[in-house]
Amino acid sequence: MAHFFFETMAGHVILMVLETLAVLVPLLLAVAYLTLMERKVMASMQMRRGPNVNGLFGVLQAFADAIKMITKETIIPSGANKFLFLFAPFLTFSLAMVAWAVIPTGNGLAVANINVGILYLLAISSLGVYGILIAGWASNSKYAFLGGLRSAAQMVSYEVSIGLVIVSVLLAVGSLNLNDIILAQQHVWFCVPMFPMFIVFFISALAETNRAPFDLPEGESELVAGFFVEYSSLSFGLFFLGEYANMILMSGMVSILFLGGWLPPLGIAPLTWIPGPLWLIAKILFCLFVFIWVRATFPRYRYDQLMRLGWKVFLPFSLLWMIGTAGFLLATGLLPQGMS
Amino acid sequence: MTQIVFYVFAAVLLLSATMVISARNPVHSVLFLILAFFNAAGLFLIAGAEFLSMLLVIVYVGAVAVLFLFVVMMLDIDFTKMREGLQRYAPFGAAVGAVLFAELVMAFLHWHQAPVRVMPITGGLGQPGGPHTNTAALGNIIYTHYLLPFQACGLVLLVAMIGAITLTLRERPTGRRQLIDRQHARRREDTLEMLTLPLGNSVVDNGGFRRPDTYYGTAVPGSWGVPEGEGGKVVKAVPAEGDHA
Repeated sequence: MAHFFFETMAGHVILMVLETLAVLVPLLLAVAYLTLMERKVMASMQMRRGPNVNGLFGVLQAFADAIKMITKETIIPSGANKFLFLFAPFLTFSLAMVAWAVIPTGNGLAVANINVGILYLLAISSLGVYGILIAGWASNSKYAFLGGLRSAAQMVSYEVSIGLVIVSVLLAVGSLNLNDIILAQQHVWFCVPMFPMFIVFFISALAETNRAPFDLPEGESELVAGFFVEYSSLSFGLFFLGEYANMILMSGMVSILFLGGWLPPLGIAPLTWIPGPLWLIAKILFCLFVFIWVRATFPRYRYDQLMRLGWKVFLPFSLLWMIGTAGFLLATGLLPQGMS
Repeated sequence: MTQIVFYVFAAVLLLSATMVISARNPVHSVLFLILAFFNAAGLFLIAGAEFLSMLLVIVYVGAVAVLFLFVVMMLDIDFTKMREGLQRYAPFGAAVGAVLFAELVMAFLHWHQAPVRVMPITGGLGQPGGPHTNTAALGNIIYTHYLLPFQACGLVLLVAMIGAITLTLRERPTGRRQLIDRQHARRREDTLEMLTLPLGNSVVDNGGFRRPDTYYGTAVPGSWGVPEGEGGKVVKAVPAEGDHA
């Protein structure tokens, strides 16, 4: 059996497919229940009950929504570029899925444990803007177009600060491998010595996923629904799934970079009994809760304020912090040399 | 296997590069350009240059091409006008193309290849004692052996960036800038003045509308927000017709 899976070509392919499914199936289920979690958490914060009709405590609500969405009619606007119009949601969805290939759920336990894991994540997340931009353009609608343009400017702006935050973490790690990043946090999670960067990264993650209070690309009150105004049925559903999968991915990145990934908080007995993947899931859930909490709490930013925050506050601050980190590590001789 | 993958990437790369210049719609051109970048990244990946490959995607696809697309999408393109232009400029284009082609042919015919000179760089990839990932090898080369040229490149880019900003920045006289620290420093007493107005008087009779002092500070000189004495225009409420009925 082991011979078949590890030695033969067909075995390799089957193993690869199984590994992929082992990540994607739980991910899609998580997305489904994240929508329910969002509605339930927001409902409790606003003293409502939230969905409670379908199944016990509304646990089947996500599936009811999915079935409703699938059975609706796909409408393509007459002036739309048909291929790009249908390609955009597909792109958004598949990018949100492929990024999960490098997320380690245990020591070295990832579909692809590659050397440049963090760069891969950065590359995939920088591609995410295309789905939105293409959707906005191909819809041939003013609202969608404005939403797409806003989103492009927003995501490019906040990627800069995300990149600089990642650089200061990498300085302390000395490797681009996600597994090494987590192992470097064995003694102390990076959210302790780099607390300001943790906050900057989290807020940038909110902006990067177009979540409230940075949901200007959608901007219901001004742009109706922004870039996906013309989408319906399954094509809308793919955007929806992609957005929530991106939220989980960003939470995963926060967990890996600052909250120690699959490491338990302390390396002592009762905590180490809990397997690594559960720790990662717990941390991701915590981040997601904060995502929802923020949405229920803050009003939307105005566009110029959003740009100001990104370029005039986060960029100089994270640049300064990066230089400070490099200087500190060099001065104290803590700069990691060996791992590379 | 690697060869097949290489040819697939190379073929798609060439095809999309051709489409970049032959597509009618400029937005399609940019999208094909992105596809070309992507395939180039794939070729890097096959060659084992994983760092360069990821960087190509992050920098070119994730940032540069987004700005291209951003600009091209906002262009208002009139295809009939473009066709008129084509007839007018086609001879010039053909002439320039012919000159370039002739020069290329001449260059290829008289190509003298210099003998390959391998520069020994200590601590290169795969050498004993050297780094074992190409990220570290690249960092070693750029930041240790070629630090000065690299910094000079950065400086040139900085100058270009500052130049672009100074060329395009213009101050509009009607601009209202938000100064957040000033906004936060503002108190109730600075902005609100409680008056007891005698009955039957309008606002104009009591000195017209007044704006808080904090407001003037943020307005661009010469605009409507600045008081008269400081070079601004008068802000005074004009009574509407039949207001004193």
